[in-house]
Amino acid sequence: MTIGLEHYLILSAIIFSIGLYGALAKHNAIVILMSIEIMLSAVNIALVAFSRYIVPTELTGQVFALFAMAIAAAETAVGLAIIIAIYRNKETIDANKIDLMKW
Amino acid sequence: MGQVIAFWVLAVAVISAALGVVLLKNVFRAAILLITCFLGVAGLFILLNADFLAAMQILIYIGAISILVILAIMLTRELSIGSPSNKFQIPALIIAALFCCGIIWAILNTNWQISNVAPAAVTTSGLADRLFGKDGFILPVEIIPTVLLATILGAIVLVKDKKK
Repeated sequence: MTIGLEHYLILSAIIFSIGLYGALAKHNAIVILMSIEIMLSAVNIALVAFSRYIVPTELTGQVFALFAMAIAAAETAVGLAIIIAIYRNKETIDANKIDLMKW
Repeated sequence: MGQVIAFWVLAVAVISAALGVVLLKNVFRAAILLITCFLGVAGLFILLNADFLAAMQILIYIGAISILVILAIMLTRELSIGSPSNKFQIPALIIAALFCCGIIWAILNTNWQISNVAPAAVTTSGLADRLFGKDGFILPVEIIPTVLLATILGAIVLVKDKKK
């Protein structure tokens, strides 16, 4: 038995779904951000797997994964800065209690 | 054979670490498991012949992002509250399960054009070619530093104490 593209894609889909569940079902804003990181990692696995099995010499998927990593780092920095700013003002990071912009 | 064993070990490790991140009540333990998850993803990158990406995964995710997450957990003192699930737990579980099944169905029913060419043994020079060479990705490479600069400035402005 050999490991093929489908194995990596299914693994990526499972990890993405776990992250999706965490992002939808959690109170704590930091845990939501961690779940989004898991989702981004899952997408990176899929991109690199496509690059490895469909165009092994082109490396395009790896370039995309590299950009996704840079954007993920930027997203985490800004997200955590927003969470800390909210914590300063409201003394909580419970996503259900952050309802200033709720209509 | 070794690759098969390594894939299954890494797959189980990454999935259980990801489950731990979303299921554990203690936020700090969830952050530690998040690092384990990133480490497993780096191992998967090595299995996929992406050595440079594996190194970047360890440097950026384990070296920088996890430090930021742990710092934020310590700054917000929410450890006592933990990470309970909200009232959408069951709908979220159903949505995630349906999404997973749909994606897996699509994966298994697509005829992938698998190439039999051997992958590049060393990817660093190839990646540099793709990024900076002719017909490469030089425009995104120029945009990313701008984005990162904006991020740094934005993060500083957001966390600066405005009361003084």
